[in-house]
Amino acid sequence: MTSIALFRKDLASELRTRYAINSLLMFIIVTISVILFSIGNEKISDYLSGGLFWVVVFFTAMSGLARAFVSEEERGTSLLLQLIASPATVFSGKLIFNLVLVFSMNVVIANLYTALFDAFVIKNLLLFSTAFLFGSIGIAISSTVIAAIIAKAGSKGTLYPVLSFPILLPLILILIELTKMSMDGTAFEEGYIEVAVLICYDVIMISASYLLFDFIWKD
Amino acid sequence: MIWKILLFLIIAFVSVAGIAFPIVEKPEFWYQFPLIPGLEENAKIIFFHVPTSWLTVIAFLMSTIYSIKYLRRKDLIDDAKAHTAAQLGMIFCILATVTGAVWAKFAWGSFWSWDPRQTSIFALLLIYGALFALRSAVEQEEKRATLASVYSIIAFVTVPFFIFIMPRIMKGLHPGSADDTHSGPVVDFKMNSNMLLIFYLSLIGFTILYYWMWQVGYKSMIYKDKLNKQF
Repeated sequence: MTSIALFRKDLASELRTRYAINSLLMFIIVTISVILFSIGNEKISDYLSGGLFWVVVFFTAMSGLARAFVSEEERGTSLLLQLIASPATVFSGKLIFNLVLVFSMNVVIANLYTALFDAFVIKNLLLFSTAFLFGSIGIAISSTVIAAIIAKAGSKGTLYPVLSFPILLPLILILIELTKMSMDGTAFEEGYIEVAVLICYDVIMISASYLLFDFIWKD
Repeated sequence: MIWKILLFLIIAFVSVAGIAFPIVEKPEFWYQFPLIPGLEENAKIIFFHVPTSWLTVIAFLMSTIYSIKYLRRKDLIDDAKAHTAAQLGMIFCILATVTGAVWAKFAWGSFWSWDPRQTSIFALLLIYGALFALRSAVEQEEKRATLASVYSIIAFVTVPFFIFIMPRIMKGLHPGSADDTHSGPVVDFKMNSNMLLIFYLSLIGFTILYYWMWQVGYKSMIYKDKLNKQF
């Protein structure tokens, strides 16, 4: 079984119920409207709106991405997966699924956010899209491996953000920094170090995840 | 036994010297410390705050090493060692956070200001907290040990970002930051030889103390497990 086949299987079962897609979409709308209500008629600063963007992204990711592994444990299909696929294949399949999910989720958030927040104006679009791309990849990698741990720990829902936050914290801090820069219209060359750190994070997390996933997956 | 006496002597000397030795502008005697511009009397915290934050990282490193050992050999003794190291790391992490915050009140005017170093120590505190939350969530011993080992290794690979990269790309107030013109890098240039000596003695003393506590801790944990299995 290849990882693409596993991804297709996840996609098919997702499209059948549309559980994750619907709940993620509703979660995005709820979070953004809570922020809009709490702001009211106040004028918020540009930097604050940039930071709140990643808050929405983080909590939306935390609400939906654990599904990838938790659903296998809930349906009792994880043993079957262990039989027919190697751990690396399973991880790649789940990672592709979560990558697609995170990426489409972030695109929706970014569009809604730009439409609803006047303060959220990106001057350097290239820098922001680079940060957006590598940030989404990083969030997908870290949350996939933590989701695997959570699924084996008995699917404790509250534990997921608790475990993910310290791992995602360096990523979120750099992303907030890069968003500030792209709002100021900083040249791409000046934000080069931050982008490099972002790519480093992605590479380090993906290699650590692949190395360690065997131990999580095999009982 | 000889280690314990040595440890007592070092810690006693460091405590007395670190607190009581005066800071003067031009040190003439061996017991006087030089004045570091920008730090002044606040500089004395270096004898107590730096060893605690150093041990926070060392404990985390040891916890990770024993986690790797556990994953290789599946021996629960390694897990007990990793767990004890993490417990001690949490204690030293809290100590470093609190002493740092109290120092920041006098040096910077507020207890907490999200300086990169403060952010890093806060993240370490969160990692330790998450590790204990994960441990308490799993009942079965082997599974708990495996999951905790995996998590502590994954968390450890993010630590370089906090300790080495963040303080250098973000603006900070902490002595030794990238844009600190007054007092950083403290250790290299501004401390004279007696201050350095006491600083390193303090580091050595605290490290021995940690090692001793760690041995007592993991041995008691192993005995507790053995007793639980007997009855």
